[in-house]
Amino acid sequence: MSTATAPATREQLNIAGHAFSSRLIIGTGKYRSHAEMRSAHDASGAEMVTVAVRRVPLDRSSESFLDYLNPALQILPNTAGCYSAEDAVRTARLAREALQTDLVKLEVIGDQTTLFPDNEQTLEAARILVKEGFVVLPYFSDDLIMAKKLLDAGCAAIMPLAAPIGSGLGVQNPANLRIMREQLPDATIIVDAGVGTASDAAIAMELGADGVLMNTAIAEANDPARMATAMKLAIEAGRLAYLAGRMPKRLYASASSPLQGVIK
Amino acid sequence: MRVFINGESKELSGTPSLAELITQLELPAARIAIELNRAVVRRSEWSGTILQDDDRIEIVHFVGGG
Repeated sequence: MSTATAPATREQLNIAGHAFSSRLIIGTGKYRSHAEMRSAHDASGAEMVTVAVRRVPLDRSSESFLDYLNPALQILPNTAGCYSAEDAVRTARLAREALQTDLVKLEVIGDQTTLFPDNEQTLEAARILVKEGFVVLPYFSDDLIMAKKLLDAGCAAIMPLAAPIGSGLGVQNPANLRIMREQLPDATIIVDAGVGTASDAAIAMELGADGVLMNTAIAEANDPARMATAMKLAIEAGRLAYLAGRMPKRLYASASSPLQGVIK
Repeated sequence: MRVFINGESKELSGTPSLAELITQLELPAARIAIELNRAVVRRSEWSGTILQDDDRIEIVHFVGGG
């Protein structure tokens, strides 16, 4: 291993006592097959994956989806599909009972077309869940004030969106993420939703995110395992670039070669 | 006795416990969770929880998601 990559691989992502070497968290939805999901998960190097809580079908025998996951993976249940704080809290409690984990990706949706979060309901649910001992990772709009409120409520990490869920548009408001990083230097910030390709993930990390959570960008790629590898590398590259500290942008050229000694 | 399981009305014979209901429904007991009238029932309490008329039961498991 070269010395250049050593710092990024040594430092870990810590979420309430859970330490991860990988800064990539990925989903388990939308894959064409369980085998394709498994190969993408393996390629990504991710150590934590999200799952959704749904009613068991009563009319047919249902196999356990979880059996298709690498048992070494930390499972992060989400509250996707919930439109109120109350339903999100109920879903989180059910997930904890079934999985025996305090981790929860809190998601309270406000609108079906955009899947934008209902920040008010998210905050209400976060306060309840933190009191009940959950490690709450809330998906929310990329807004500094909301971030502060969620942290004050005791959330272990905050997960601002880059763009609408499943849109693949990439980071739509880099300034907001940069402001959040600068104003909340101690917060764990995981960009969640909207990444489309590797450069989007790299940009999120270059802006100072501690990690990126994605699903569709990998699952809907023509070759999910290859895209998972690309995301892994992009997140490492973006992290290193952030730690390295980028050069300032200039409007005009600045010669790299000496101006003196040019032959005449 | 009529109960509602995952939103569906079901007629049950006798007064089964939650544990017996899971067996009757032929559901795998591992990594599912049950809510009875909007409160989670711990796995250790399934056997001792006897269903009553008009109970509303949610039984969940996990699926792929982001």
